[in-house]
Amino acid sequence: MPKESSDLVQGTLDMLILKTLALESMHGYGITVRLEQMSKGTFRINAGSLFVALQRLQRAGLIRSEWKPTEKSRRAKYYSLTQQGRKRLDVKTREWGRQVTAITRILEAS
Amino acid sequence: MSWLRNLVDGLRSLIRKERVCQELNEELDGFLEMAVEEKMKEGMSRQEAGRAVRLERGSLEVAKELVGSAGWESFVETMWQDLRFGLRMFCKNPGFTVVALLTLALGIGANTAIFTVINGVLLNPLPYPHPEQMVSLAETLPPFPQFAISYPNFRDWARMNHTFQAIAAYRQNNFNLTGSGEAQRLKATQVSAAFFPLLGVEPVIGRSFSPEEDKPEGEPVVMLSEGLWRSRFGGAPEILEKALILDGTGYRVIGVVPKDFYFCCESTNFRLGDVYLPVGAWNVPWMHDRGAHPGLFAVGRLKTGVSLEQARAEMNAIAQNLATAYPDSDKNAGIVLAPLKEQMVGNVRPVLLMLLAAVGFVFVICCVNVANLLLARSTARAREFALRAALGASRGRTIRQLLAESAVMAVVGGALGLLLAMWGTRAGLAALPQALPRANDLRLDPHVLLFTLTVSVLASLLFGLAPALQASRVDLNEMLKEGERGTGAGGHGMQSAFVAAEMALTVVLLIGAGLMIRSLTRLWAVNPGFDSQNVLTFTVALPASAEKETPNQVRTTVDQLTEAIAAVPGVNAVAITDGAFPMNGDSEVGFWIEGRPKPSTQREMPNAVNYIVGPDYLKVMSIPLRHGRFLTMQDNLHSPFVAVIDEYFAAQYFPNQNPIGEHLNLAGFNPPLEIVGVVGHVNQRGLDDNENSPATVQIYTPVAQIPDEYISLLAKAEGFVVRTQAPNYPTTTAIRHAIEANSQQVAYDFEPMEGLIADSVANRRFTMILMSVFAGLAMVLASIGIYGVTSYVVGRQTHEIGIRLALGAERRDVLRMVLGKGAKLAFVGVTLGLCAAFGLTRLMASLLFSVTAHDPLTFVVVAILLMAVALAACYMPARRAMRVDPMMSLRYE
Repeated sequence: MPKESSDLVQGTLDMLILKTLALESMHGYGITVRLEQMSKGTFRINAGSLFVALQRLQRAGLIRSEWKPTEKSRRAKYYSLTQQGRKRLDVKTREWGRQVTAITRILEAS
Repeated sequence: MSWLRNLVDGLRSLIRKERVCQELNEELDGFLEMAVEEKMKEGMSRQEAGRAVRLERGSLEVAKELVGSAGWESFVETMWQDLRFGLRMFCKNPGFTVVALLTLALGIGANTAIFTVINGVLLNPLPYPHPEQMVSLAETLPPFPQFAISYPNFRDWARMNHTFQAIAAYRQNNFNLTGSGEAQRLKATQVSAAFFPLLGVEPVIGRSFSPEEDKPEGEPVVMLSEGLWRSRFGGAPEILEKALILDGTGYRVIGVVPKDFYFCCESTNFRLGDVYLPVGAWNVPWMHDRGAHPGLFAVGRLKTGVSLEQARAEMNAIAQNLATAYPDSDKNAGIVLAPLKEQMVGNVRPVLLMLLAAVGFVFVICCVNVANLLLARSTARAREFALRAALGASRGRTIRQLLAESAVMAVVGGALGLLLAMWGTRAGLAALPQALPRANDLRLDPHVLLFTLTVSVLASLLFGLAPALQASRVDLNEMLKEGERGTGAGGHGMQSAFVAAEMALTVVLLIGAGLMIRSLTRLWAVNPGFDSQNVLTFTVALPASAEKETPNQVRTTVDQLTEAIAAVPGVNAVAITDGAFPMNGDSEVGFWIEGRPKPSTQREMPNAVNYIVGPDYLKVMSIPLRHGRFLTMQDNLHSPFVAVIDEYFAAQYFPNQNPIGEHLNLAGFNPPLEIVGVVGHVNQRGLDDNENSPATVQIYTPVAQIPDEYISLLAKAEGFVVRTQAPNYPTTTAIRHAIEANSQQVAYDFEPMEGLIADSVANRRFTMILMSVFAGLAMVLASIGIYGVTSYVVGRQTHEIGIRLALGAERRDVLRMVLGKGAKLAFVGVTLGLCAAFGLTRLMASLLFSVTAHDPLTFVVVAILLMAVALAACYMPARRAMRVDPMMSLRYE
């Protein structure tokens, strides 16, 4: 079975989506592909989890969406970060860094 | 701001559901398409690619569901669905729905009605600004805890205190209105100038009394009630500055008292008047006599920040000063202060609280019944729930749906109940007008609506939760396998427990009602010392000119009047009465017995109830004569002064001694009176007279011996009492015509003696009627409950009964089996109820009369009654069970 988002640490999917969108606006499929590429295939994102997360982020005002034509001239909904989303990403990234350092320290202590 | 976006987005999904759905579809389709294309690039066929994507990404249909149900709006939506589904279910099942709704409406309605009364009477503040500052004042004069105030004392209280913003006195009086149109007898209330400003009452037009007008030398002025102003004077503002002729004197009208002015009730001794006059302008001798207590009571408004305790302390000091200054009249006298509200509603509080408890029981019984109905139905719907569960409905989801159904039911039931309550309170109050103080303050206000809403929600939880929990706990396999017949015992255990509980509650209510009924029958059976049957009382007002007549002329008028009434066909006997009258007016007099030491002050004298009557009084009232003789026509101003005492008097002051021939001195009266007879004791204050207060001794003195200086009292109005041949023969009209034909006198306030007695038990009767209604309601509901459960059980056991019968069981055995189950249930319920009642009824001890709270007869009768009713309710389904055709029931399988 391919790996799924359930293997993601709880609550990190939102952060990862924000990170993905930090570079450019993207549609849903693009986000999954990018996440998989960046994780070198470690994470497989389920469509259900992805779209629920997108709806949640949008309602929280962290991302916004707009219908745009794709490079293959199909219509797709593109998501991009809002100002608020960018701030949240910063905060989350720093928090994550601190936690990882701490956890690593604990695990490496003998 | 994100919550706002959340709200807007959610609302958008709710309102433009199609559009949002379509967008999501398009987005997901795009997603699928792109993923499939990617796979196809790797060389898969379209079909293979589609399958691979589904494997990797999960089903897009599920994704759609997930996204759709993630927001808060989906909760609202399913709720809405549940509600609609609930409504549909109810419409499909009209019989069930009607029964359940009616039950709920009854329960909620009865609760709302009682709460409306409690809200209006006990909880609402008095309709004055800063009602918490209002205090009622009276004198205490041992042995009377609350006594009318003497006017000179009142003036001193008002002058000497520093804790009140103002205090105002009031008393009742009557006047004849003449001059414009037909003569009319008016209820008058005499008040201090401070009275209306103190209560914050603004006249509709004009002004209220000035301090100058509240003095003997003040200009005669009057205020009208809005009612009188509108009915008699058409509400014309020109009434101001006009004069009213009251008892022959002109009074200038200075204002109109609004019709919503309220200040009332027996215990404060206030009565709303047709007209209001300044009390200080009432120039009669006893207003200047510190030893006289002319029916005066007072109300005060505390200064801001002053506590009742501070006021009490100060008033106590004032009372002591007055006692030192005027020992003859004020020794031992005190001042009693109470919060006005307590004074106005105090005596109905226990009644109302008990009724609230009773109606709460009825409510629980209603809920239990509806819960039982739902339980029975949910067992019948068990397959539906099993199917839902099989299709993936979670337990929570099922409970939610069932609760939504109960909520629909509770809200509709609550609305019906509210209507019922509005109608019920109005009808109830119309039927029992005098039983409650502040009855006109009753209305539906936000408190009542909130109460009904809370009760309805509570009800839906109470009766909805058990069936919901029950229904959601299904064993899928069993249920689907068993099919229509369902499980054997299932909800039946819970239903039985419910029925036993409602039986127990019913027992408590029935015993409460039973005790009230017993008290009332005991009360009615009390011999008041006179025979009230065919006795009619009324008052005659003499024309204003009579006041200017000489004492002898007044006496002649009174005699002529008595003769005129006696001459009416059907009148067996007639007597004039003054002073006290049983159940309807107190008048006491201090006395001492000639030859024994005279108490040094009036305060230390014992008091006796004083009846001042005509010679035929004994005959009219059928009071037995014990010794000697009663008053006769020969007892008048030219013969020795005489008195008749009652048997209590004789026993208390002349034990082992013949009182006849002894002499009595009455305070303020010379010379001593010779005791010429002893008569039976009568209940002066009510049927339960001797129950709560020490028996008072009684003296009868002849009207004909009223001295000249007091005769002017008679000249105004006098009470009559007649014994008639039959209840309505002669009619009051015949008597009135005879009186009015005699001169220009007005007869009014006709009241059968039985009516006066009935009024004296009105409070208890009100409680008894309501308790009986509630208990009856509870009994009907409990019978429906036990009937329902038994029918249900019989229905479920048809198969079993069929087999029993096929195997040779007698039909009698079947009957006994079903009845036995019902009886067991009833017995458990009744036993529990008896125990509960044993603990609870003592709380209503103060409402009972010569019945203990644990009256064995009531307990036994109620237990038997309820067992009988329960068995009768079981009998119908039991008969049905007996008639089961074994062939049919087995084939039905």
